[in-house]
Amino acid sequence: MTRTTKIVGVGAVLAILLVGIPALINISGRWDLYYTLTSVALLSIASGGVWLTFYIGRINIGQGAYALMGGYVSAILVVKYGVSFWLTLPIAGLFCGAVSVLIGIPILRLRGVYFAMITLVLTEVARLSMLALPITNGAKGITNIPLPGAVEVFGLTLIPDFATLSNAKPAFYYLSIVLMILCFAGLYRLVNSRLGKLCRSLQQNEELASSIGVNIAYLRVVAYVISSFLGGIGGATFAAISQSVYPSSFTIADSINFMLNCFLGGLGYVFGPMLGTLVLYFGWDLLFQTGEFQLLIFSTVLIALILALPNGLLSLRFSKAGKESVGRE
Amino acid sequence: MSELLQVIGLTKRFGGLTAVNNVSFSVQEHEILSVIGPNGAGKSTLFKLIASFLRTSGGEVRFRGERISNLAPHITARKGIVRTFQETTIFKGMTVRENVVIAHHLRSKASLFGFFIESPAAARDEQEFGRSADQILEFLDLGEIKNEVASNLPQGHLRALGIAIGLSTDPTVLLLDEPFAGMNHDETRRAVEMVRSVRDRGVTLLLVEHDMSAVMKISDRIVVLNFGEKIAEGTPEEIQSNESVIEAYLGIEDESIGL
Ligand SMILES: Nc1ncnc2c1ncn2[C@@H]1O[C@H](COP(=O)(O)OP(=O)(O)O)[C@@H](O)[C@H]1O
Ligand SMILES: [Mg+2]
Repeated sequence: MTRTTKIVGVGAVLAILLVGIPALINISGRWDLYYTLTSVALLSIASGGVWLTFYIGRINIGQGAYALMGGYVSAILVVKYGVSFWLTLPIAGLFCGAVSVLIGIPILRLRGVYFAMITLVLTEVARLSMLALPITNGAKGITNIPLPGAVEVFGLTLIPDFATLSNAKPAFYYLSIVLMILCFAGLYRLVNSRLGKLCRSLQQNEELASSIGVNIAYLRVVAYVISSFLGGIGGATFAAISQSVYPSSFTIADSINFMLNCFLGGLGYVFGPMLGTLVLYFGWDLLFQTGEFQLLIFSTVLIALILALPNGLLSLRFSKAGKESVGRE
Repeated sequence: MSELLQVIGLTKRFGGLTAVNNVSFSVQEHEILSVIGPNGAGKSTLFKLIASFLRTSGGEVRFRGERISNLAPHITARKGIVRTFQETTIFKGMTVRENVVIAHHLRSKASLFGFFIESPAAARDEQEFGRSADQILEFLDLGEIKNEVASNLPQGHLRALGIAIGLSTDPTVLLLDEPFAGMNHDETRRAVEMVRSVRDRGVTLLLVEHDMSAVMKISDRIVVLNFGEKIAEGTPEEIQSNESVIEAYLGIEDESIGL
């Protein structure tokens, strides 16, 4: 791809996301799509984090824990301490990142199924902690979280108070889309820099990586922290949109979905989790009419898809271009 | 000549099994020293101990007089002691050139964050590594196949790639574990030349190898292990006429040690 086609492509995608889709929604009057697409954007941010841990060769089924944690950190700061949501957003991400250092250092030595199992348990531990901690208000959760307030610099309103808007849905849509764009632009940059090569060297052979001087323990933690940061950001924004957070806001099922989004989109492609989330989310919704068969049909189609396209949906597009994919070992 | 590497009373126990038992020898600068011995003698374990891939149970390794045993592998590598693997170990999903470029990581001056934002230092590194990688690939006759994905390569090329990876780290001491395994006669001959020219670049080489004719041709000195213990040390001629070596290899075909 030449530089110009790249710029045009990126421009087109941005235009569709920020102008095209809102215009279509306005014309068609399908306002519910705002909520759906906002959710997809936020879930794909969390999935993007999971994808990064896949990229260093770890199966991460624990992202729900960080999404939940991020949601609570933001909610508690907003409700109990009156901190602006905009400030709590990075704080939630950083908090999750910090916690993931403590958790990551011991568990990232594990590989394969062992790491996967531990992370799975992590989600449940997070849920139980939110039930039990004095500050999280138990099963009742934290509700009536005020909408994000205004951001003003020298009297200039950069972001209006969401509560003053007649409809906050488009505002949340723009917020989530911008976050998603930032997240995936960052991941894209990371993967295409030498840092990404180092991550791939971990995925393919940790022993060899360390013998060429890569500090594998450190790099693993760095990747996991970025992953958890993204989980926290996604969770915090979700809490702001639904104006509530409960211990069951993110469960093991969500953690598994984050992982499936990555599988479905393609582990070798940085935009895989975005596509995977979109397809999985809409696929699930479309099957709603099938009632009790929803899960059965959904799972069958999913298994078939993963068997037919082991490198994910995006491999359809890239296999012709000769771009080699990354195996999952 | 000076003593570059000293192995002093090195011991490794796996549960009840003593894989390396009180082994001592030293390595001179710029020499090619081979470690031989029957299967299971502890050769690979010895290399892993020297490169800090295993913790010692006793004894120590000194590099230029400084104790280097029981460090993390990447730290030992940064000090200039780099090991290749008995099992051909490469980054399978990368191209030959990508393998060699990434192996330059040790030489890089930029930080992880520098790589992310493509700082001037990172850009300089990247350019220099590409150039050096191309040189190494030419040097090892891999230039033609540099854009092949490594998992598609035949044995001979894989071994050469393993050596290329080792060389890219700009090692002071390179430990090669069975670099000629799986090669045919012709490939071995070329690989022996290759190892010699690596030494001529100023690298000190430690070698584990089963191909005895290659070992006898290439080595300045040889250390013989049997059941984890050093039973002999000397020049190829001394080793070929050593009683206990012949005894250790009895029961194995005589040819296998080139007697
Ligand atoms: N990680 C390990 N755990 C237990 N035993 C091991 C381990 N690695 C090697 N051994 C044992 O140590 C002995 C020496 O092995 P090794 O160093 O691989 O021999 P060589 O390379 O000379 O063939 C063998 O008996 C082997 O089974
Ligand atoms: Mg061995």
